[in-house]
Amino acid sequence: MANDPTHQFLVNKIVPIEIGGIDFSFTNASLFMVATVAAAAGFLYFTTGQRGLVPSRMQSVSEMSYEFIASMLREGAGSHGMKFFPLVFSLFMFVLTANLLGMVPYFFTVTSQIIVTFALAILVIGTVIVYGFYKHGFGFLKLFVPSGVPGALLPLVVSIEVISFLSRPISLSIRLFANMLAGHITLKVFAGFVTSLSALGALGVAGAILPLLMTVALTGLEFLVSFLQAYVFAVLTCMYLNDAVHPGGH
Amino acid sequence: MSVTPASAESTPFEIAQAETPATSHETPADTHAAQPAGEVHTETGVAHGDEHATGVFPPFDQTTFASQLLWLAITFGLFYLLMSKVVIPRIGGILETRHDRIAQDLDEASRLKAEADAAIASYEQDLASARAKGNAIASTARDEAKAKADAERAKIEASLQDKIAGAEARIAEIKAKALADVGAIAEETTAALVEQLIGAKATKAEIASAVKTAAGE
Repeated sequence: MANDPTHQFLVNKIVPIEIGGIDFSFTNASLFMVATVAAAAGFLYFTTGQRGLVPSRMQSVSEMSYEFIASMLREGAGSHGMKFFPLVFSLFMFVLTANLLGMVPYFFTVTSQIIVTFALAILVIGTVIVYGFYKHGFGFLKLFVPSGVPGALLPLVVSIEVISFLSRPISLSIRLFANMLAGHITLKVFAGFVTSLSALGALGVAGAILPLLMTVALTGLEFLVSFLQAYVFAVLTCMYLNDAVHPGGH
Repeated sequence: MSVTPASAESTPFEIAQAETPATSHETPADTHAAQPAGEVHTETGVAHGDEHATGVFPPFDQTTFASQLLWLAITFGLFYLLMSKVVIPRIGGILETRHDRIAQDLDEASRLKAEADAAIASYEQDLASARAKGNAIASTARDEAKAKADAERAKIEASLQDKIAGAEARIAEIKAKALADVGAIAEETTAALVEQLIGAKATKAEIASAVKTAAGE
């Protein structure tokens, strides 16, 4: 088995598909996207099948995730933002499930691919821009002009606002991607120490205890990071959507 | 793919692989750009397709971007549809039903409470009216008893008054009679006195007139 810590991020073709000279193969990444969707949708669908007035444990997990995102969005973007609830809920559940599935050994982590997180971030920012202009027309541009700024400072402030807006999809995507990537690499490196040290005989086995403990601790940390990054992604999505709903800023 | 300096441990395995004619990647310098596409490895026990091992860091391998974007669009789009059309309305419905049910139960509880309050109020009212009635009965009875006692007393007083009057009348009668007798006694006494003093008998008429004169006529 390869000890190369980046090996786990390799995208391998399973069913080669090529359309118009562009490679659209069904890969392991695609497989785990399908698995993510199947796991998340399947969980939410089957746990709520009973429609119990008094929820079962699993049903309350689904309900809690629903109410968690609903209150997050209501706080972040107000009641007008609730029309984006399916989007934010889908994003959160997709990212969370992809992150958690990636924690299973030998599983591919969909969110460790910059193109995936970037696409999700562009989806968010695209929604903000399209809805903002659709709803407020050029009034959406007030987003870049904070009220109460003296005229002399206005060009500077506006340029800062524009830059910060443009950097949002980058920071949003890189935050998730880098966290997942770094976490998995760290885990792999420490786990690699365990195997390579234990190959060195009795002393090595004793020395391998430390990286083994690190690996266990890091695994716990990575589960936390998996949840936290999905949460952060969803919270920032809510904040950005708030700009689309209330570009005046309040 | 696995040909980086970090993969030293896997060297025996790689050498074994390298013996298969299709693979030629145990020299790090020989980048995998030379590797024919579609080559099948069995390194991880799974048959892979092309590994895109172009030497770049895998997440930045642009040759996989188109495929990832397409499949992300398909899977996430499907997921979004499932969420917005099936799961969210369903969970929303469950929560709505529960919310309605709780509100309904609360309404029912407040209705029952109002009923209980009304029952308590009517009970209190009954109690108060019963108490007032009891007081009224008691005071009527007291008044009646008092009136009766007063009447009784008046009657007794009247009869006593009668008796007193009767007794006074009799006393007066007896007194008059006694006073009348006083004259006769005086006459007898005078007759006896006269006889003793002068030794002669006075006539009755003389004595009577003398007594009358002495009596202050």
